[in-house]
Amino acid sequence: MSSIHIKLKEQDCQDIKEICETFNNDQGELINVLHRTQEHFGYLPAEIQEVIADNLNMSLAKVYGVVTFYSFFTMTPKGQHPISICTGTACYVRGAEKVLEEVKKELKINVGETTPDGKFSLSCLRCVGACGLAPVLMIGDKTYGRVSPEDVKTILGEFK
Amino acid sequence: MNKYKMHLLVCGGTGCKASQSNQIVEQLNAELESHGLEDEAKVVVTGCFGFCEQGPIVKVIPDNTFYTQVKPEDAKEIIEEHIIKGRKVHRLLYVDPTNKESVSDSKHMGFYQKQIRIALRNCGFLDPEDIDESIARDAYQALGKALMEMTPQEVIDVIKKSGLRGRGGGGFPTGLKWEIAAKQASDQKYVVCNADEGDPGAFMDRSVLEGDPHTVLEAMAICGYTMGADKGLIYIRAEYPLAIHRLKVAIKQAMEYGLLGKDILGTGFNFDIELRYGAGAFVCGEETALLHSMEGHRGEPTVKPPFPAESGYLGKPSNVNNVETFASVPVILLKGADWFASIGSEKSKGTKVFALAGKINNVGLIEVPMGITLREVIYEIGGGIKDGKKFKAVQTGGPSGGCLTEKHLDTPIDFDNLIAAGSMMGSGGMIVMDEDDCMVSIAKFFLEFTVEESCGKCSPCRIGNKRLHEILTKITEGKGTMEDLELLKNLSGVIKDTSLCGLGQTSPNPVLSTLANFWDEYVEHVIDKKCRAGKCTALKKYIIDAEACVGCTACARVCPVNAISGERKMPHEINQDICIKCGACYDKCKFSAIFIK
Repeated sequence: MSSIHIKLKEQDCQDIKEICETFNNDQGELINVLHRTQEHFGYLPAEIQEVIADNLNMSLAKVYGVVTFYSFFTMTPKGQHPISICTGTACYVRGAEKVLEEVKKELKINVGETTPDGKFSLSCLRCVGACGLAPVLMIGDKTYGRVSPEDVKTILGEFK
Repeated sequence: MNKYKMHLLVCGGTGCKASQSNQIVEQLNAELESHGLEDEAKVVVTGCFGFCEQGPIVKVIPDNTFYTQVKPEDAKEIIEEHIIKGRKVHRLLYVDPTNKESVSDSKHMGFYQKQIRIALRNCGFLDPEDIDESIARDAYQALGKALMEMTPQEVIDVIKKSGLRGRGGGGFPTGLKWEIAAKQASDQKYVVCNADEGDPGAFMDRSVLEGDPHTVLEAMAICGYTMGADKGLIYIRAEYPLAIHRLKVAIKQAMEYGLLGKDILGTGFNFDIELRYGAGAFVCGEETALLHSMEGHRGEPTVKPPFPAESGYLGKPSNVNNVETFASVPVILLKGADWFASIGSEKSKGTKVFALAGKINNVGLIEVPMGITLREVIYEIGGGIKDGKKFKAVQTGGPSGGCLTEKHLDTPIDFDNLIAAGSMMGSGGMIVMDEDDCMVSIAKFFLEFTVEESCGKCSPCRIGNKRLHEILTKITEGKGTMEDLELLKNLSGVIKDTSLCGLGQTSPNPVLSTLANFWDEYVEHVIDKKCRAGKCTALKKYIIDAEACVGCTACARVCPVNAISGERKMPHEINQDICIKCGACYDKCKFSAIFIK
């Protein structure tokens, strides 16, 4: 499992319990529970999964299986400004790879990692559906279109 | 209700929103207010116009003026010139790239002329968050007609006769699917809408949901009526927050109007719709995987039969259709099966929405009659290849599809012709590529996607695709052999034949179709160690032109591996055995003395 170990506070466990209760502790609602919990905590480390498994009365293996199956769920915390680079086909043919390389170079992190200061994290996603703006880069909720490798420095500069 | 003389339609689709269409709306409203025109003209936030390339779009009704690439600061001029003085703002009009003339009426734009909009009929014409506007454009009329004037079987017969086939990719006849689900005896049945658009480069379902959510809700209720289901579920990607929001608003409004919920239109028919969220897994577009995901499990597919119509969500009979399929249903009931069947080709009726993207001038969402040729789509609607480059290939069907070439340009597009040409309709992504794209790299790109998205349940898909990807990587690194090409072919065949679900059965398509259509390019990579598009870094050769080199030593100093040698003020040379093709020397040279071969 994840190398990150955290200690949950009493309140955190209570919050998770409440989320599970809004879905009637129904095992069939596991994905919705995970969505809500990730919204609350930002990520789903093993300790949180354990509490969910307890509440829904199912095995931790099952919860872990679901968390790792779907790319939307993450077990590592995202940075303060999560960067997502679209690597869908439209963006790919319009040069998304070069943009990705530039971001990696600039922040010195790989895809799936967070900068040591916790400011930026980097991930790739497949198509945000703004193909007219390809290649697309997102930081948080902000979308940048027609990004060229030369723009990367300026864009990141806005958040530094 | 207030009657406005003019409407300003502003695109509120994801693409245009990303380019500040929200601020445009604010500015337009502020300008209207400052001139006291709030009762004369109204700003409406609509769904996607389809012409994403030139967004954000503002369209003025009734004169159909189509402003492109509008900025918030243009609002003042639009209101003062166009709305008050009646003079169009010429600098914002769309300019036809072929004759450089600006087009003042959107009906005369090449982009729209060849299109027939059925599934997208309301996108860009109404405020998706206001049910009254949808009703004014006939929403829920077809549901009323079905409930009050037709038996379930009659509805099924109309859909069957119309020839509507599933738009999600499979192309299974929709009427037949409904009939099978209707025949199942069960205390509970479900209507499921597949809105898990995971195909990269395809955004038609999202645009329908964002621009015209009521159509989908209405069609689901009609489907529920035919098969005897009182519950509908929409499985939608969590990555589509705007579509989710609009669906929630639409469901709430339809409930309030008694168009969903208990005793719809006083007919005793009950139908509820709930949302279920996906979490980013391409395989969940496969219907059995989708159903498992809705139940809270890993989205792994299972063997059919049993088909979802027999045993679907929670083991109950379920009918799964794609968003675009549903969006075509209400209008078929209103206009008749014959009308729908009169559009399209012999075996594929009606229209299909394509997301046109890649190296093309008019990126956007288009809806065209089945049977149109690729040439018409790419050159007449799409406006040709970007930057005057040469057309190389068009990839249809997403990661499960194939690449079509120049020789296919005049093939009529329909379900069967695309399969015959080695590709498929898929959900309707259409990515255009030009001479700068390396087809081996493209095949590798799609395999990378498949490897990532394979659920891992069956070995041909889990292991086979991984091996395909490795071989393709080897070729792009210049280490491939002719035996590798044979192996690619054989392995692809095995994966196709033995995989459990649609993902594995189609994942080798990009490899097979590029092998078939671009064999020479593969051979060049293997034998000549050359990539004609210059995409494969390992095959690039940086060479110093001895005549142009002045011996400034800048390249030698920047080279990270000391591959460049030469005396000061004398031509330098790159040792190809040491060079790592990083391109640093190429960027550094001020005399353009370094070229790539």
